[in-house]
Amino acid sequence: MRRLGAGAILLLLLVATARLALAFEPSERLADPVLEARARALSKELRCLVCQNESIDESSAPLAHDLRVLVRKRLLAGDSDQQVLHYLVARYGVFVLLDPPFRPLTWALWLGPPLVVLGAGALLLVRARHGWREPAPRPLSAEECARAAALLGERR
Amino acid sequence: MLVEIGHFALVLALLVAAVQGFVPLLGAAQKSRALMDLARPAALLQLLFITLAFAVFIHAHIVSDFSVLNVFENSSLEKPMLYKVTGAWGSHEGSMMLWVFMLALFGGLVALFGRGLPASLKARTLAIQGLLGFGTLLFILFTSNPFARLYPVPSDGRDLNPLLQDPGLAFHPPFLYFGYVGFSICYAFAIAALIEGRVDAVWARWVRPWALTAWCGLTVGVAMGSWWAYYVLGWGGWWAWDPVENASFMPWLLGTALLHSAAVVEKREALQRWTLLLAIMTFGMSLVGTFLVRSGVLTSVHSFALDPTRGVFILVLIGVVIGGGLVLYAWRAPGLAAGNPFAPVSREGALVFNNLLLAGGMATVFLGTFYPLFAEVWSGVKLSVGPPYFDTTFVPIVVPALAAMTIGPVLAWRRASLATAMRRLVPALIAALATPVLVFLSDRSAPLAALGGIALAAWAMAGVLTDLADRAQIGKLPILVALRRLRGLPRGTWGYAIAHFGVGMLIAGVTVSTAWRSERIETLHPGDTMAIAGRELRFGGVAEGSAANYRFERADIVVSKPGGAAFAVHPERRYYPVAGSSTTNTSITTNGFGDLYLALGDPDGKGGWVVRAYYNPLVPWIWFGAGLAALGGLVSLSDRRGRVRALRTVPAAAPRPAGSD
Repeated sequence: MRRLGAGAILLLLLVATARLALAFEPSERLADPVLEARARALSKELRCLVCQNESIDESSAPLAHDLRVLVRKRLLAGDSDQQVLHYLVARYGVFVLLDPPFRPLTWALWLGPPLVVLGAGALLLVRARHGWREPAPRPLSAEECARAAALLGERR
Repeated sequence: MLVEIGHFALVLALLVAAVQGFVPLLGAAQKSRALMDLARPAALLQLLFITLAFAVFIHAHIVSDFSVLNVFENSSLEKPMLYKVTGAWGSHEGSMMLWVFMLALFGGLVALFGRGLPASLKARTLAIQGLLGFGTLLFILFTSNPFARLYPVPSDGRDLNPLLQDPGLAFHPPFLYFGYVGFSICYAFAIAALIEGRVDAVWARWVRPWALTAWCGLTVGVAMGSWWAYYVLGWGGWWAWDPVENASFMPWLLGTALLHSAAVVEKREALQRWTLLLAIMTFGMSLVGTFLVRSGVLTSVHSFALDPTRGVFILVLIGVVIGGGLVLYAWRAPGLAAGNPFAPVSREGALVFNNLLLAGGMATVFLGTFYPLFAEVWSGVKLSVGPPYFDTTFVPIVVPALAAMTIGPVLAWRRASLATAMRRLVPALIAALATPVLVFLSDRSAPLAALGGIALAAWAMAGVLTDLADRAQIGKLPILVALRRLRGLPRGTWGYAIAHFGVGMLIAGVTVSTAWRSERIETLHPGDTMAIAGRELRFGGVAEGSAANYRFERADIVVSKPGGAAFAVHPERRYYPVAGSSTTNTSITTNGFGDLYLALGDPDGKGGWVVRAYYNPLVPWIWFGAGLAALGGLVSLSDRRGRVRALRTVPAAAPRPAGSD
């Protein structure tokens, strides 16, 4: 029984160390530095599908490793960057892209920020142009004049 | 027994919160002094009960009382004492306790220090705070009871998530919550002002210190979170636009806007309505930040597995707080007195510009964070919105705000001349142009965006120095006189200068570390060397061992640099058997201008280990800068004007020192 327990712990340890793999690994590296640079850049734009908001370049999940290898395979086969992305979207859906493409579904996403800022800015500018006039100073009331005189007198 | 006392104290706090929430509101409506005055003792009593409950809860964690379900699930006998204490807020229930404690703390502080507050404003503010406490306590008692018992009592617990067993993360939540919840007081002041139908300089003078206090806490909290991500993730990233990070960033952006617009209300009695709206939305975003992210609606590391009752309760709570606030605003704000007019080019104008861009930046972060959710509900398509999106949308919005940050403080109130301001900023302008040129000359391959970032950073830092020199008239007066003037500048001015300088450092850190970081990832065998950023790393091998509640694999790497002393560093990997998970403990060697960042990767099974080495230039400036920004907030908070209790309305247009026109 105790031996079984020790065995289980050992197994757990093995499993744990196995999934400890850290992100991009040297063994995945391509010999051609230009291709490798393209692979790294692409990896940063691809989502590790099973992780929480990590790119496959950062993730340590086995799936991320497989995707990194896949990207390099496609590049070696002569794909352009766009072709690699198309290939992955066809397989995994648009979810795999960390940089969402511009299409009807994402129009509001991409156009929202500039429209909000420019729209609000234009509105403010129009209002400011029309609204700002040097206000004529309000004449002081008799009471205020007396107070001012008293205060000025104090200073002297 | 003790645990039951804690539970009971929480129930009493709920009852007190009900009294605090309703009676003073009634009193203020009926102008009954006695009912209004109930707010103060009620707020203090609520603080007392919640402190008691929280203390009992922490005590249960310290003594490892596994009969308490929460302790069993988040602690273990072997866990170091530090993490037994801080682990108390490492779970959903514990973090809710921390949240409601902060809420009561701010209510109690206002009750204690708000002696000079007009009676009805104080009664209403504390009442709103009481209602917020009432809602949160209901949530805790009915869906997230921290004192739930467990029988039979287990002999050991399940241990805390090892990622949380880290000094950075242990103290990150208290700061973050201090910030989040601190804005509740601004919310309460805003609602009270809307009920009263009056917003003026006096109101702003009461609100601004609280907004500053909360903002300082939030700044430190967000910075700590990013620092933690930096050293724990193992590849040196410090901001990933993760929903959790965004959730803390949204109230920060709005809180920053609130801080600046409240200054306009205080100094010039303008922008009152906008400030109220900001106060409501800042706290609204804090709620979204704390709750919605944890509800599991968004994919995030921080979401606790949650049952549907919690989710529904949270949505109702957020709906009532934000919706109720906005309805009241829509109803009451049009009746508020209009603000004093100002020209587009003026200090007010610059602050409106900054508010526009900060709010626009917040809207962008919000859109990017929640869009995948909308898109999936709308069309069933799963989308990802990652860092590339935020880089292209958020950055162009904040860059103008950062550029204007230098000009705003040298503009006069009401109406100013841009030409005069730029003339005063000539030295800063020269620095902003010369620095990128010098950088370009030393590195011809420098990317354009990086040069732009450097110009912006130089502009911000040199701008602050130029303005300080100008205010003290250094170069115009004899140096000793000028230095005395410099020392005599108001704390508020010093606060602004320190904070803005910090932001400049932050820009520099972000730019340089992004553009000039170097990376080497190799498989090394004992005795192998690799070079990075002019340093040589000699890999000595990996030792295994065990500590209190984990086992580790520790690398021995000797770093040497031509002409410098060699030293050893030990990046390691840890495995926590009770929790069944692992962490990476990177080794970071810093000299204040750059970090040598080392992480130990996998063994290759043939005696070699993957070693990941990075050199991140200027990355420490990100956190120095954030720290300075928070420090600036504190210095500003210590300004005499903030401490003066006198409620006389001073003439709105206070003259500015040192030739502002």
